[in-house]
Amino acid sequence: MSPREIFALRDHLGAELKGRTLSDPRTSVSLTDILSQTVLGGRLRELSGRSVLLKLADQLRSGLAMIELDGIASRMLLCPPDLNPAHLDALMADAGIDAVVTDEPGRWADSGVSLVVTAQLPLEATAPAKTERATEWLMLTSGTSGVPKIVGHTLEALTGAIVAEGPARGPAPVWATFYDIRRYGGLQIFLRAILSGGSMVLSDPHEALGDHVARLKARGVSHISGTPSHWRKLLMSGSATQFAPAYVRLSGEIADQAVLDGLKAAFPNSSVGHAYASTEAGVGFAVNDGLEGFPADYLGNRNGVEMKVVDGSLRIRSTRTAHAYVGRSAAALTDDDGFVDSGDIVELRGDRYYFVGRRGGIINIGGLKVNPEEIEAVINRHPDVRMSRAKSRKSPITGGIVVADVILADGTDQARAKEIRDQILAQCRAQLASHKVPAVIRFVEALDVTPAGKLARTDA
Amino acid sequence: MSVRSKVIEAIRQIAKEQNVTLPELSDDLSLHETGFDSLAFAILVARLEDDTGVDPFTISEDAAFPATVGDFVRAYENVPA
Repeated sequence: MSPREIFALRDHLGAELKGRTLSDPRTSVSLTDILSQTVLGGRLRELSGRSVLLKLADQLRSGLAMIELDGIASRMLLCPPDLNPAHLDALMADAGIDAVVTDEPGRWADSGVSLVVTAQLPLEATAPAKTERATEWLMLTSGTSGVPKIVGHTLEALTGAIVAEGPARGPAPVWATFYDIRRYGGLQIFLRAILSGGSMVLSDPHEALGDHVARLKARGVSHISGTPSHWRKLLMSGSATQFAPAYVRLSGEIADQAVLDGLKAAFPNSSVGHAYASTEAGVGFAVNDGLEGFPADYLGNRNGVEMKVVDGSLRIRSTRTAHAYVGRSAAALTDDDGFVDSGDIVELRGDRYYFVGRRGGIINIGGLKVNPEEIEAVINRHPDVRMSRAKSRKSPITGGIVVADVILADGTDQARAKEIRDQILAQCRAQLASHKVPAVIRFVEALDVTPAGKLARTDA
Repeated sequence: MSVRSKVIEAIRQIAKEQNVTLPELSDDLSLHETGFDSLAFAILVARLEDDTGVDPFTISEDAAFPATVGDFVRAYENVPA
């Protein structure tokens, strides 16, 4: 039996597809002839078989370096922009890093890393490289505190869901995402753009939302993805008008009915879908019927993804999950049967499962467990509410109570605040157990969103 | 608005939300007789903290929880500025 053929990103890129680009606010790079160009100053050969840290300020050079390194390096560790520098040494040791691709070569001069390669634009001409091996992709979890975990993937696992869906019909898509492509959610979109024969428009953390959307429109973005928090921000900004993507995707947080309905109203001609994925569990499934949650018959074995619910949390086994946590004291990523525990708590109502929160995000209210997301979903159903966050607050009487911060939709008359508060409370009382009803509702102008695009819950 | 009327108004508002029928709120009415459960009191204390800036039951280490409506109101009135 001959060894299985190994595909790398370069094998999905060829000169036969014209007009493909990868762009950020400053630069647009043609993907059509990318294989005969280098962002690494022609030093790819030196990185063959190495364990490479990819530590760059911008997504554009990161993406170009991934294209070059995949199939050549032994492994590459992707660093999201918000990585705490204090954690870098420990992560490099755990990943066995022996080479760095950087835009700050001076910073690495005395670091003891033997091979430092500078990523630079404009691209230079080079001879196309041939895929040598299956490179291990190392990604970092986006946990709130402590050293992030290193999660090991292969390109085959990362692209399993994309390959399973098959090629898109119609013209090649122009993808965009509010995520950073060095995070799992963003990387999925980058890989979709590469595998689909399409283009990709990258985000930039320093760009105002209105300018970002103008750029998405100008570049003809047809497919776009973000977290529900990203989308709520866009809906609040009023910048969505005249932007008409064909496909709007949500992932990374619970997509509640309010945000799904809000997007359907803002983009009446788009298909709106939410996907379930995590850095560890990979892409589980996509839901395209416009409803929150997912059909109960998704459990079991479906398209090679096996799912079950144990102790309330969703467990996933498939070839798309990560294969291991990487590092000296790394815990097991799967149970003995190969299932990844997502830590996402689901609840069966009728013939559908609904996400009610994260196991680690449970707040304690007078000894009773409460998922803040469950409360937020009820608050968000009020037509004047754009976004909310529930959390616990200490109480001298019961130990803890639920309080909620709420952002009202644009243009809401402040004189109606009391009336809206009463309606939200009535809605909560009708749909939630009494200890889950917020004791206090505060109207706020903004809620913090983490660099990974998720509602900040640091004080939850 | 005086501290007393703020407290009384908050009690009435929460009673309405919780569907509690309040008896007449006299100073010597015991808190137990208001019909409020501990959750309702927790809501009351949290809202009054937002409204007045103080939580007399957390500030003072040896604060006994008041027994009557009058004690409760005085706990807010007697907070040192």
